[in-house]
Amino acid sequence: MIELRAVSRTYEVGGSPVRALRSASLRIGRGEHVALVGPSGSGKSTMLHIVGCLDRPDEGEFLFDGHEVGAAAEEVRAELRARKIGFVFQFFHLLPRLTAAGNVELPMLFAGVGRAERRERAHAALEAVGLAPRATHRPDQLSGGERQRVAIARAVVMDPAVLLADEPTGNLDRASALEVMELIEAMNRRGLTLVVVTHDPAIAGRARRVIHMADGELVDDREEGRGKREENDRGVS
Amino acid sequence: MSFWDVLRFAAGALVGHRLRTSLSVAGVAVGIAAVIGLTALGEGARRYVTSEFAALGSNLLIAMPGKVETTGATPFGGVVHDLTLDDLQAVMRLPRVRSAAPLAAGTESVRFGDRSRAVPVLGTTAEFAEVRHITVAAGSFLPAGDPQRGGTEMVLGVTVARELFGEASPLGQVVRVGQWRFRVVGVLAPRGRGLGFDFDDLVFVPVGTAMRMFNRTSLFRVVIEVRVHGEMAETRDDVLGLLVDRHRADDVTVISQDALISAFSSIMRALTLALAGIASVSLAVAGVGIMNVMLVSVTERRAEIGLLKAIGARDRQVLAAFLTEAALLSTVGGLVGLGTGLGAIHVFVRFYPSFPAVPPTWAVAAALGMSVLVGVVFGVWPARRATRLDPVAALVKR
Repeated sequence: MIELRAVSRTYEVGGSPVRALRSASLRIGRGEHVALVGPSGSGKSTMLHIVGCLDRPDEGEFLFDGHEVGAAAEEVRAELRARKIGFVFQFFHLLPRLTAAGNVELPMLFAGVGRAERRERAHAALEAVGLAPRATHRPDQLSGGERQRVAIARAVVMDPAVLLADEPTGNLDRASALEVMELIEAMNRRGLTLVVVTHDPAIAGRARRVIHMADGELVDDREEGRGKREENDRGVS
Repeated sequence: MSFWDVLRFAAGALVGHRLRTSLSVAGVAVGIAAVIGLTALGEGARRYVTSEFAALGSNLLIAMPGKVETTGATPFGGVVHDLTLDDLQAVMRLPRVRSAAPLAAGTESVRFGDRSRAVPVLGTTAEFAEVRHITVAAGSFLPAGDPQRGGTEMVLGVTVARELFGEASPLGQVVRVGQWRFRVVGVLAPRGRGLGFDFDDLVFVPVGTAMRMFNRTSLFRVVIEVRVHGEMAETRDDVLGLLVDRHRADDVTVISQDALISAFSSIMRALTLALAGIASVSLAVAGVGIMNVMLVSVTERRAEIGLLKAIGARDRQVLAAFLTEAALLSTVGGLVGLGTGLGAIHVFVRFYPSFPAVPPTWAVAAALGMSVLVGVVFGVWPARRATRLDPVAALVKR
């Protein structure tokens, strides 16, 4: 469902070009759980942004559901972001002036969903992440783990095909991190394609497929994590 | 995304920054209040002046000796003929003229017993009361009769009557003006200042006597009442033609009250517009203030804008949200300013009841329209900056 063909992306940083991606090719199937790992500057975030239609490749093609969208009109890409892609960020990016429910409603607001339906679906999404009782709280009244769960509810409320998570546990303590990961993995088991960028080996190890990146290239792509996760789970319990 | 959704979203963002929002609202409010207040004062001045003129009567013509207009150089000047009582009587016989009254003016000391007061002494006829809508509080106005003959009757303004006689009734008393003696036949009802004269502080005497007393051969003015208001221009030509004929020279000026009123009215309207223009400068300043606030807001909310894009908001939705914020700021400012301006005028009128300060409708409409426009115009640039923001850069930073 996601396919990158020889994608390159070069930034200008302080006047000198930085090659974030060098002819990277990748294919991710529906329902997969993929971890993108690598040192900082290896291009994993750039990869995620291109897959999430926030950034465009300089060269190469990006196909979503078989359609080339890397060079598509902004309108098409916005529609894709609205309906097919959910984002979870390291810093949550909740709007502080809105309640948890208000934040979850936000994607529906811009997608033109009616007010009553927005309310209902936001409530259901909060319920699914176990935060229904906190619906009227503002982000500053929530713990880090709760904030990330609100962000997850916001990411999945439009029922996307892919959930892209950029260091989703980077700002959380161990227990909250585990909660958050279990939540999105449960969604993955129900068919949501999951791509997680992380440099935490424990988080990466939970994925079925781990892609290692370095200097803008894919250096290793293995179906390895399954067993490890079972080990981890056993270790925790 | 419906209009109400955009509005609610924008309003939410504004409420989130109370201090900043109220300061920029205040900026616009000051501008709008200035526009409303200054135009109200200008309009009040216009109404005051035109009502002063209108108090003179709107179908009046005034004839005066001499040419008021400056026309080219006549090396030795023209001979200015007197405007005489014969002229007056000829004017009164014109078919379009209902009535006419002469005015001979001078200032003299009016004495009763040991009290005296220097006041304008106006010589006129019985017709003057009718032409200028004068009412007497006691007694009667000057009696009708041949204007040439003169008489010894006198009518006092209320102030003169009070100063000379106190509480006592002046009717029938003899008042001296220089060596001349007059018998008081009437006291005017209070009227206040008309343009030129204070009708409370003068005396009327028969015109023939006044001209002899001041040793004048020419009248100061002839006040003419026109039968039909629509025939002002024709009557003016009639009067002018008649007098030019009688004098065999074009040496009289006939002006209509309407012409004066409309001239003054248009001058005052121009003044009001100028005031509105000056006040609009503060609106432009308020607009720059809004632009500044919105730019700060866009910079400060980079992460929010990036997030909105990441969850699928289109560029035009982001543009609409920020434009709505700016328009909302300026509209609320406009309404607050309107309220403040009207309130200030209300207080002003309370202290100066005779000054009819009312903001003209066009100014209220224009001020509100301008306030919305200010928000939109000065909001466009910041809003466009918001849409051009790169979401990746915005989201990576905390």
